[in-house]
Amino acid sequence: MIQIRNLSVFYESKNEKVKALGPINIDIESEDICAIIGPSGCGKTTLLKVLAGIIKKYEGEVLLNSEKLNPHIHNIGLISQNFGLLPWKTVEKNCILPLKIKKINTKDKEIQDKMDAMMKRLGIYDLKNRYPRELSGGQKQRVSIVRSFLSKPDLLLMDEPFSALDAIIREEAQELFLEIWNENKNNTFIVTHSIDEALYMGRKIIVVSNTPGQIIEVIDNKLFNNKNYKEDEDYSKIFSHIKSLVKGGIKE
Amino acid sequence: MKKFKRLLGFIEGFLMVNLLWFIGAKLMNSRILPNPLEIYKNLPELFKKDLAGHVGASLYRVGWGLLIAFVIGILIGLIMGYSDKMNKFLNPLIYFSYPVPKMALLPIVMTLFGLGDLSKIIMIVLITVFPIIVSVRDSIINVGKENYNVLTSLGASRLQLFIHVTLPSIVPDILTNIRLSLGTAFSILFFSEGYGTSEGLGYFIQDSWSRINYIDLYSGILVLSILGLVLFILLDLIEGLACRWNREG
Repeated sequence: MIQIRNLSVFYESKNEKVKALGPINIDIESEDICAIIGPSGCGKTTLLKVLAGIIKKYEGEVLLNSEKLNPHIHNIGLISQNFGLLPWKTVEKNCILPLKIKKINTKDKEIQDKMDAMMKRLGIYDLKNRYPRELSGGQKQRVSIVRSFLSKPDLLLMDEPFSALDAIIREEAQELFLEIWNENKNNTFIVTHSIDEALYMGRKIIVVSNTPGQIIEVIDNKLFNNKNYKEDEDYSKIFSHIKSLVKGGIKE
Repeated sequence: MKKFKRLLGFIEGFLMVNLLWFIGAKLMNSRILPNPLEIYKNLPELFKKDLAGHVGASLYRVGWGLLIAFVIGILIGLIMGYSDKMNKFLNPLIYFSYPVPKMALLPIVMTLFGLGDLSKIIMIVLITVFPIIVSVRDSIINVGKENYNVLTSLGASRLQLFIHVTLPSIVPDILTNIRLSLGTAFSILFFSEGYGTSEGLGYFIQDSWSRINYIDLYSGILVLSILGLVLFILLDLIEGLACRWNREG
């Protein structure tokens, strides 16, 4: 479970403190998948960076399983927009990197078998010894999915994870991701600017307003994980509701 | 197939240089530009004398010079790349000493450190160390932040960040730098071996010149070139192993 209390993030520019985010207050149950949506520049990515432990200077409190969020204690997986694969490591080495960082024996047969099985399932097993620059965008993304789920994260964070893919591959990738997510049910946050993506991928949709980013509304999304969400009778109603929220979030 | 093509290109280059040399020699018809065949014939003779000793002496100086330059350069480069404070503190020093023509310091270095190997090694270090510092520092500063993010969120230690991100991303730059420094080091060597030594290829070439022995002179140049070439090929191999992720094609 994630508890965020009075979280604010400031940017220092010259002698001024500029508020980029907050105050944010929200509780999210474990096994939940949340889409964070808002106008560009609203601080969605900043929020994600706080959760990832990349931004360490913030006010307020972020608790994961009632302990202060800390990458050294918690297991946090991050999938960035460009998938965050290290170009100098092969697909296999990239996948086991999180385990290596956590000092887990990666030669362990169980881990190897699990990795091989996941790779085979996502169709990247044959690419094991390739380097990221030899892969297509869709392949890179599947590698980053294997990497994230292999280390069984307490918290999985995704920053526009599908936006670098073209439309057809994107749909497949989203479906595949949800399939694997449903088997693991890791606490997940997906930052997105696409309302459709939020409607399909987010059990909860968190709408954030423009600078400083604040939560306007948290929507329990009944279209979640419904492949034919666009055909649902409420689709256009919810869609335009979120759209007006996002637009309204841009303060004059 | 790729290797075969490279070999073919290699042979082509070798033949072209020699052909041009041969034509030039025939056209000039002067002892200042001898026929390459004569030089190749002369080589075994020279090795029977003491050419190997000269090669050894030169390699010893270049080897130590570059090794010391890289240890110092990488160390200072790392410090400057990692610490903003140290960068600000040391940068003026680097900035001002960079353009000093250090070759001109040869007399001072020789007066201070004698005529032996030490002064020649110091010359190589003095000249090559500054570009190494600057390139290592810039290389570290330019490592993409996003490469660190994933590891930071995994709770990686500073050492782990260094091993998994910083080091592999600066290796290609360091190898490029070794390549450049190698060329520079041989030029410095050629010049500084003109003084206070009777060993080394630089000495050998300049000595042949003063004896007006053009065949020996060209043999020396040829051996020096081959030496550079061998080292370049060695670097290619290392680069192929260490930077496979970075290679085109």
